[in-house]
Amino acid sequence: MGNALIVAEYKGDALKKVTRAAFTFAKEYTTKQGGEFHILVLGHNLGAVVDECMSYGAAKVHVADNESLANYLAESYAQVVAQVAKDSGAEVVGATASAMTKDLMPRVAAKLDAGMASDIIGISDEGYFDRPVWAGNAIVSAEITSPVKVVTVRGTDFEPAPKGDAGGEKVEVTVSVDLGSLKKRFEQFEEVKSDRPELTEASIIVTGGRGTKGDEGFKLVEGLADLLGAAVGATRAAVDAGWVPNDLQVGQTGKVVAPDLYVAAGVSGAIQHLAGMKGSKTIVAINKDEEAPIFQVADYGLVADLFKALPEMVEEVKKAKG
Amino acid sequence: MKILVTAKRVTDPDVKIKVKPDGSGIATEGIDYKVNPFDEIAIEEAIRIKEKNKAEVVVVSVGSKEATKEIRSGLAMGGDRGILVLTDDPLDANAVSKVLKALVEKENPDLVLMGKQAVDGDNNQTGQMLAEILDWPQACFASVVELVDDSKAKVTREVDGGFDHVELDLPAVITADLRLNEPRYASLPGIMKAKRKKIEEIELSSMGLDTSPKVVWHKFGTPAERQAGEIVADVPTLVAKLRDEAKVI
Repeated sequence: MGNALIVAEYKGDALKKVTRAAFTFAKEYTTKQGGEFHILVLGHNLGAVVDECMSYGAAKVHVADNESLANYLAESYAQVVAQVAKDSGAEVVGATASAMTKDLMPRVAAKLDAGMASDIIGISDEGYFDRPVWAGNAIVSAEITSPVKVVTVRGTDFEPAPKGDAGGEKVEVTVSVDLGSLKKRFEQFEEVKSDRPELTEASIIVTGGRGTKGDEGFKLVEGLADLLGAAVGATRAAVDAGWVPNDLQVGQTGKVVAPDLYVAAGVSGAIQHLAGMKGSKTIVAINKDEEAPIFQVADYGLVADLFKALPEMVEEVKKAKG
Repeated sequence: MKILVTAKRVTDPDVKIKVKPDGSGIATEGIDYKVNPFDEIAIEEAIRIKEKNKAEVVVVSVGSKEATKEIRSGLAMGGDRGILVLTDDPLDANAVSKVLKALVEKENPDLVLMGKQAVDGDNNQTGQMLAEILDWPQACFASVVELVDDSKAKVTREVDGGFDHVELDLPAVITADLRLNEPRYASLPGIMKAKRKKIEEIELSSMGLDTSPKVVWHKFGTPAERQAGEIVADVPTLVAKLRDEAKVI
């Protein structure tokens, strides 16, 4: 009977909200399959994040705090995750899917010669993992047959774990990473400063597609987003065209989101985009093409030119908010 | 230098896939196949490096005989030769990484370029696994690749909240994201030339690898469909509904 070990992800002094989806996964898995729920947190000068990890009811929180882990590198982090997985008797090693864990976890799986299921959305009674394939057009039930199983968890399909009883055991991990042996050097992280919330954390998202035609249209998208306190998203077409960076892409090959309100402006509704947002609570589509597939998933559709509709919407929302 | 680049054969990403009624798989009748779009970006990058630095570009695929077509597409874009590892078995990412490792040991490339994920299984695993079992560095989700003296690569990775800049010693594995480049269309002379380029075929069973699956796919299902809502007349109606009905603003 093995344990479920979750790699926690944080920003600054706080856990990312999406990381708590993987905690919920681990609790669900160990309830069904037995074993303990463990957390691993890696980095340097971790401080408050460790205390936060202690408050989700994990049996153990493994803390790998070392100067060599100050900057994320898949090569060094994978060494530590695999080592802790072995030492802690993990049967499942998981994390919420993100840019970091998508890079890291397959490397961990290879180190453990383990099978891996990406982006899982549920666990079956047999212990198989449900996951979307073919851009979300099909859901497959995947059995991992290796003794150790590696998964990433779709953050929108497991509730963020609530804080529970403090307690559990804190385990200091001895880290022996030789940065010189990694053949890779971290140079710098160029943060894109934004006052907007991150896509996967936002409760409202305004997304621009090909219909925005570039900067001018995206300014309108951003204007509405800022008024609503929303994150800005983009379709693959808009990213492909070079209008916005990749980390704004919503879709099966980008980010999967499920906010309370999703406003799609000038978005046609390509299959792979829908796969990334159709879990949203309320979807609004604004498109001048009434045949656009996005209308088939929208709760409220408005057939209109976004260059007229978005400024008007800004005015109306201002009025509505008083 | 030598670059190994992958060309996975995948179902046409612009076609909506349906699940077979008995849930045993994807209904593939009448469906076209193409090079995985992310692999196409990787092939384009390999050819750009070749045009700048002189390199041999080897286009590889693992799959059925039909995948010859996807390798030819890569050769038509400018690849020099191909290798097809023949198998009709569905392989998981763990197995494919082992096949690619064997090809790397045979070819000794300075760089392996791949798409960040294939648009059928949507795993996003093989590049990272290959890097690990080779004990090579990896740079996934690359948006800029710059080679330094054929011995190092500077890579920009687009990640959550910004850009991660790393430097890798070659040999290394780099996986391509959307904004790395825009793949070219093969020219007519390119397509003609590709017909004469060599594609070596290797039977997977002759390679002596353990490719038994660690991930087994059982039943396929269809995700819950969302119902279309209503078309509203104008912006004021929309905003009123968002406020009073959906209560989201």
